[in-house]
Amino acid sequence: MIEIINIKKSFGDKMVLDGVSGTFENGNNSLIIGASGTGKSVLLKCIVGLIQPDEGDVLYDGRSLYTSTVSEVKKIRREMGMLFQGGALFDSLSVAENVRFPLDMLMSEMSDQEKHDQVMHSLERVGLEQSANKRPSEISGGMRKRVGIARAIVMNPKYLFCDEPNSGLDPMTSIKIDELISEITDEYNMTTIVVTHDMNSVIGIGEYVLFLYQGLKEWEGDSESILHAKSQPLREFVFASKIMERLL
Amino acid sequence: MNIIQNWGKFFLFLSSTVRNREPFRVYPTLVLDEMVKIGTNSFVIVAIVSTFIGMVTCLQTADNLVSPLVPMSVIGTICRDMTLLELAPTFTCVVLAGKVGSNLAGEIGSMRITEQIDAIDVMGINSSSYLILPKIIAACIMIPALCILAAFLSLLGGYMIGEITGAISPNDFVTGIRDGFRPFNVFFALTKSFVFAFLISTISSYKGYYTFGGALEIGQASTKAVTNSVIAVLFADLILAKIMI
Repeated sequence: MIEIINIKKSFGDKMVLDGVSGTFENGNNSLIIGASGTGKSVLLKCIVGLIQPDEGDVLYDGRSLYTSTVSEVKKIRREMGMLFQGGALFDSLSVAENVRFPLDMLMSEMSDQEKHDQVMHSLERVGLEQSANKRPSEISGGMRKRVGIARAIVMNPKYLFCDEPNSGLDPMTSIKIDELISEITDEYNMTTIVVTHDMNSVIGIGEYVLFLYQGLKEWEGDSESILHAKSQPLREFVFASKIMERLL
Repeated sequence: MNIIQNWGKFFLFLSSTVRNREPFRVYPTLVLDEMVKIGTNSFVIVAIVSTFIGMVTCLQTADNLVSPLVPMSVIGTICRDMTLLELAPTFTCVVLAGKVGSNLAGEIGSMRITEQIDAIDVMGINSSSYLILPKIIAACIMIPALCILAAFLSLLGGYMIGEITGAISPNDFVTGIRDGFRPFNVFFALTKSFVFAFLISTISSYKGYYTFGGALEIGQASTKAVTNSVIAVLFADLILAKIMI
């Protein structure tokens, strides 16, 4: 379980997050949604510790990311996996080497064979075992995201974070990525947080949804109740798509 | 105020490369890779520049030395001292600030923009230590080595052009090189090149590491890395000359 407590963050005079709190349960696909510029990615970066919030704390199963010792924070980080918007794959390494990277760096006790097996298992899980020797520049955007997922899960993490996993993908690939994230969350019993503005993802995999509006938590609930929410900013966001309008 | 903040940020960045380092076993391969990138890949440009500089120094000195009272071997002595004291360490490092500095800033900057550095941080790996420390170590090993090579090729260039053009005989040139040789000058040249290597690698890495934005900002970071490194090299050159000579 991940708890975020009163997260505040501003850049200069601009308040991006103004006291956001929430709880992301274990085994759930939790989604942070909102229009562009509402602070979704900043909130996610505060949750994983890439941006230090001005105020507030993030608890991983009760362990603070911001007040713990360096070694405890390292321990928490090793239980995290993250899929970045563009995949964030290392250009100089092959697909398999990218997936193997965390194992090489952090799992010195594993043998080469064990690492190889673990890498191939992760690549098989995302359906990319045939592309193990390709370079990131030789594969498509959707495949890069899948490699990113394989790298994120290779350490058997307890927490998975996905920053805009559908950006730049066609609707079919986008749905496949969503399904993969959802399946992996169930399979590994992880706490998964996905930042997105894609309503397909919200309806498809959202078990808990947190809607951000102007740096504040405007609404929270599940993907079914979102369609009947009273919040005007949320309704404007959800029904901005003509398809969603017709669905109702 | 901004300058003080930048200095503070720079020193914090430097300390972050050595605090909470990754296990030692990680570094040897990374350092070797960087040594190839920084050193071996700069071999040709250093060889060309230093050979030509040595030739030009020899010809210009010979051209200006018209007094029959001054022995021809002085040309070799002047070439040696100019090469060891200034041309080999400083000129080579200014050239390397352009090549290595822009390369480091561009590489690290593009890793920042494409979130590769964030990915390393999220894994619990100290990104500045993992990415920057090997580059600093490799630069501090390879750039002095390149300066030694530059000094040798510069003198060789002077020797060859002297013989080809008849400006100075090989015997006079070698006599001049040997005459009044101070081993301290070699130590001075190596000290300078080591300091310059540290400045080039840290300033360029710093500029790349704190790149934010897109392709335009990567270009700007590379440009700033080169200009700041060159200024730092020249400034350090002056200070070292004052302190050590």
